[in-house]
Amino acid sequence: MAEFPADLKFAKTHEWARLEDDGTVTVGISDYAQEALGDVVFVELPDVDAALNAQGEAGVVESVKAASDIYSPVSGIVIEINTELEDKPEIVNEAPYADGWFFRLTPSDSDELNSLLGSTDYQRLCEEETH
Amino acid sequence: MGSKTPLYEQHVEAGAKIVDFGGWDMPVHYGSQIGEHNRVRQDVGMFDVSHMTIVDIRGAGSKALLSRLLANDIGKLTEKGKALYSAMLNEDGGVLDDLIVYVDGDDYLMVVNCATREKDLRWISEQAEGFDCLVSEREGFAIIAIQGPNAITVIKNVVQSDVRALIESLKVFQGGYCGRWFIARTGYTGEKGVEVILPADDAVGLWRDLSQRGIQPIGLGARDTLRLEAGMNLYGSDMDESVTPLISNMASTVVMENHEFIGKAALQEQVRSGIEEQLVGLVMTARGVLRAHYPVFCDGVKVGEITSGAFSPTLQHSVALARISKSQGELTVEIRNKRIAVQKVTPPFVRNGKQVYKTQ
Repeated sequence: MAEFPADLKFAKTHEWARLEDDGTVTVGISDYAQEALGDVVFVELPDVDAALNAQGEAGVVESVKAASDIYSPVSGIVIEINTELEDKPEIVNEAPYADGWFFRLTPSDSDELNSLLGSTDYQRLCEEETH
Repeated sequence: MGSKTPLYEQHVEAGAKIVDFGGWDMPVHYGSQIGEHNRVRQDVGMFDVSHMTIVDIRGAGSKALLSRLLANDIGKLTEKGKALYSAMLNEDGGVLDDLIVYVDGDDYLMVVNCATREKDLRWISEQAEGFDCLVSEREGFAIIAIQGPNAITVIKNVVQSDVRALIESLKVFQGGYCGRWFIARTGYTGEKGVEVILPADDAVGLWRDLSQRGIQPIGLGARDTLRLEAGMNLYGSDMDESVTPLISNMASTVVMENHEFIGKAALQEQVRSGIEEQLVGLVMTARGVLRAHYPVFCDGVKVGEITSGAFSPTLQHSVALARISKSQGELTVEIRNKRIAVQKVTPPFVRNGKQVYKTQ
């Protein structure tokens, strides 16, 4: 069963966002998403310093099954990307909420986080998709 | 709810992700498709392929019927139990299906695809009229494939001594009966192995015996990447009724001499007018994955499209089969609005765990 950590916010497009203590936001894809995609073989990440818009394209995940666009849950400037994923894309499957994170950004409007789904609502959305 | 093989409960117990496959509820993977793929390349794995259709053709007229039905020459099967891979064509030379046929005296055993089951049975029965033979689907059976460099060693340790003796006597691409079990040295992975056709009631027992020996089940996801690496076509993706075997990398399985077969005139006409297209292998060493229906360009001009593509776990880059018009120049594939360079190669890509492709 997929996990839905209570401290994260989720986008309907299956990315998660975590507000860090320093005010930055870390982004990845949900456990539900990685399960649905199957083994991840490549991850294309945004460039550091790129300006992303909420719901705007931020990268691509290629799995054994399909290529999927990744959208940024909030607007902001990318300050760090997870370069580990270049050689070890399987981390996305193994630890989607930890070592499998995608990028970190400085949000331009942290209120945008409030428009994302809480874990309970997101879990409900996934259950509806499954059935 | 689709059809279920006798091993369905085993898949669920093993944690399989079940998907619909041609009307069957089949395991696509049991956790990691790539892990399963690598296990078959490096060691051994077992597959439930009971969804495939088994057709018996019995009687003195069987050979004459198959000589007419198949583009390959059934006359090649002179040794008991020998197998032949062939296309079955319509009058236009289009591929109705690809199949494996085994000889047993006057009788033949054919394994055809599951998605083409009804069409094939209807076609074969229609064509069989006037031939002294009986066509029937073999029901109540399961098919288990055991594949990988250690497959033969493993299966011999699991089965009874009479089955073991049979396996030891078989050559590659040959099968034989032991009671109601039919065992053949065939597969769809490019590795050593056997396929066992056995009564449904025996299937769970063999599956459990293999499982107790530590043999892991392999899903249809890895089956697809294994066959693609091995350069084997998938019916419905790499060829169908709209194309002939001559443009499907199957020319070596077509025998024009010795027999009259359905579709022969159309193939002769195609040869006369010139073969314009070919099914080739593509290799992309850049990051990304080639997938079915991505367009292929030669010096900027569209020349065809990918018919199947995947990330190759063995080679650690993407490979594909593509049908393209004959052309000389730099090939690229359009992936998400970007043109990426690819190399044209002759399949297979991988045999017995090693890269074998050569640049064309």
